[in-house]
Amino acid sequence: MSKSQVKPRKISATSTPQVISRHPASLLSVNDLSLDDVGSILRTASTLESEDALKRMKHLFKRRVSLLFYESSTRTRTSFELAAKQLGADTVLVSALSSSIEKGESLKDTGITLRALGAECIILRHPASGAPYLLSQVTGLPILNAGDGMHEHPSQALLDLRTILTHLHGPKAAPVSETTLKGVTITICGDIFHSRVARSNMLLLPRLGARVLLSGPQPLLPETAASAGPGIEIERDFDKALQQSQVVMMLRIQAERLAGLNLDLDEYKLRYQANTTRMAAQAGDALVLHPGPIIRGLEITSEVADGPQSAIAEQVRNGVAIRMALLVRALTSKSSSNAASKGKRK
Amino acid sequence: MTSILIRGGRVVDPSAGLDADRDLLLKDGRVSAIDAPGKLNAAARQESAEILEAKGLIVAPGLVDIHVHLREPGQGYKETIASGTAAAAAGGFTAVCAMPNTIPVNDSPETTRWMQSPDRKAQIRVFPIAAATRGSMGEALTEYGALKAAGAVGVTDDGKPILGDSIMRQTLAAAARAGLPVIQHAEDTRMTGGCSMNAGLLAFRLGLRGMPVEAESSLVERDIRLLAELKDSRAHLHVAHLSTAKALEAVKRARRNGLHVTCEVAPHHFVLNEEAVSEYNTNAKMNPPLRAEADRKAMLEGIIEGAVDSIATDHAPHAAHEKEQEFERAPNGITGLETALGLTMAVLHGKHKLPLSRVIALLSTQPATVLNLKGRGSLAVGSFADVVLFDAKKEWAFQASASVSKSKNTPFDGWTMLGRVTATISEGRIVYQAAK
Ligand SMILES: [Zn+2]
Repeated sequence: MSKSQVKPRKISATSTPQVISRHPASLLSVNDLSLDDVGSILRTASTLESEDALKRMKHLFKRRVSLLFYESSTRTRTSFELAAKQLGADTVLVSALSSSIEKGESLKDTGITLRALGAECIILRHPASGAPYLLSQVTGLPILNAGDGMHEHPSQALLDLRTILTHLHGPKAAPVSETTLKGVTITICGDIFHSRVARSNMLLLPRLGARVLLSGPQPLLPETAASAGPGIEIERDFDKALQQSQVVMMLRIQAERLAGLNLDLDEYKLRYQANTTRMAAQAGDALVLHPGPIIRGLEITSEVADGPQSAIAEQVRNGVAIRMALLVRALTSKSSSNAASKGKRK
Repeated sequence: MTSILIRGGRVVDPSAGLDADRDLLLKDGRVSAIDAPGKLNAAARQESAEILEAKGLIVAPGLVDIHVHLREPGQGYKETIASGTAAAAAGGFTAVCAMPNTIPVNDSPETTRWMQSPDRKAQIRVFPIAAATRGSMGEALTEYGALKAAGAVGVTDDGKPILGDSIMRQTLAAAARAGLPVIQHAEDTRMTGGCSMNAGLLAFRLGLRGMPVEAESSLVERDIRLLAELKDSRAHLHVAHLSTAKALEAVKRARRNGLHVTCEVAPHHFVLNEEAVSEYNTNAKMNPPLRAEADRKAMLEGIIEGAVDSIATDHAPHAAHEKEQEFERAPNGITGLETALGLTMAVLHGKHKLPLSRVIALLSTQPATVLNLKGRGSLAVGSFADVVLFDAKKEWAFQASASVSKSKNTPFDGWTMLGRVTATISEGRIVYQAAK
């Protein structure tokens, strides 16, 4: 289509906002990453983790990273903050309760303000699905999605992947391919419908060859979830799912959600709780993951969460390494142009 | 009032089954004569008529949009009657029917008349559609007789569907007595709380709550049942912005059973599917939402086979700051007046080879019939001199920034359109003329 064909109108045109295209080193969804990208992030994470602390400080020395958190978060926020600091970056935390957001400032204005103050990258946690797409569009900055509504939590899926790979293949980071997780079954159990962690994991893990089983009662796990991507199946019988699994990922259950859906709490625990009896009987060797926050005694008992099968503390440690890699990717032009040349994976 | 001779064009008037080279003489706001090329020259000279050369152009009855939101009174920052009708004129429309969800809601003869006052500076004819219930609260009926006398051409609570069986029954009965159609925005809102797009796999992946197809179809089915029970042959139900195959089936069934049920489909529902929101594009967010591909195809087929009475835009302007929000917070709706002809031509005529006369029928003659707009949608002698001239072969790129509407919330920015409006004449006045 040629713009010269557009004829001027009688009424003068007002200008529309300039459209800024998405920064190629943003991470909004795991689908933004090619398998090569995933491999490179895992390798960078390992390199950075083993580096001397002082040398590590030079990677992003005095670079400016903003953490924009519209939801309270301990784990993810601290993890990103530590990652940035270990790389030498300056961080600014803006949280919804201590800022002009409270006075009704829009996400767009907050993003523009942060950019004007020198932010080179924004890490966003937001209760609305898709909020990082808006922030990316209005600022043009690299945006790292630290969890948006029920949509995605891509850095969590990457740290989960690192945890799984370390346990299955040892600490050495091998290149990833479509068969890296061939023959591995991973069960994700609980409130899949409301979980951004579940969405990112179910989209990422099958791309490395894993089979993902989703387990949970109907209202928390709609049938359509099985079609979200290839390699995803629904197994509502948690015991049956466990019997086939090498890895099990437990999701937090909010009691009020069960009540709202007329699900009985005791019934839920009976069918879906990860406890010692069940784990011993069905999946004595499986690796147990939980993205947190944990509600002990509901979806998982203390014995399992703190027991020998649990890799929950490791997940937290891996989180810092992965987030360091994501920040380096977002802020160093080499990786940015690299990502740009590869284009976006659909 | 001046006279205008439109000469050398190809006149397509579905109301007369006419598609031929004809000259057209407009006088005193009416079509005064239509004849073979050259035959009206003498009469035109006598009238000292202004000459519009239409060589290579289609000359058709002005387009009629029976579903627009002009935002006045109350939300002039989004659109005014003046700006909305200027956009309509630029899109080839000569009559628009304005929905009552203004601030305040148009539920009174006073507001109905206010909207038609010359002070509003409308470029083309505005027909208000009044609220079916007071404040569109779904509780007490408004005064249909008085509203009709004030110029209302239908009643609706668009945006706030009438859910209660009893109030809908009363609405249908009272509207039948007043000789007005009841226009329903068919959405069972008990199924759509917190939803911002179509239900299904994409909604799951995007982490958004979805509106099921049944929220639309079940209400259409309910309305049809109430209409059948009413047993009043004057009763007329019009389904607004129909978007699902299931609801269309219900409409077809009702018609086979002899009920007076009509429906409209918006261009976006036969041009786009839900994939358009896959990156949270708020300019593709509207209600009813863009549906799955199968539903989009069903709309297209319904139009082609003649099951759909009218194309209507559901023109819903919103300010930039309102759309530049988180997807779930952004308001529903897109502008449509300046893209309706170009999209319909590109898709229905260009791609699916629907004859021009059918395109004009869907955008002009039939919508005028649906809302009983006498003397519109036709070029028969004596009709209003509402005419659109357009180049049916011209491809052009629509640019939202060049839009005449106050708002630019459209998913079609940069799209290639087919069919360029060169002039729009409303009741004998040239209200839009493209720059040469
Ligand atoms: Zn509506």
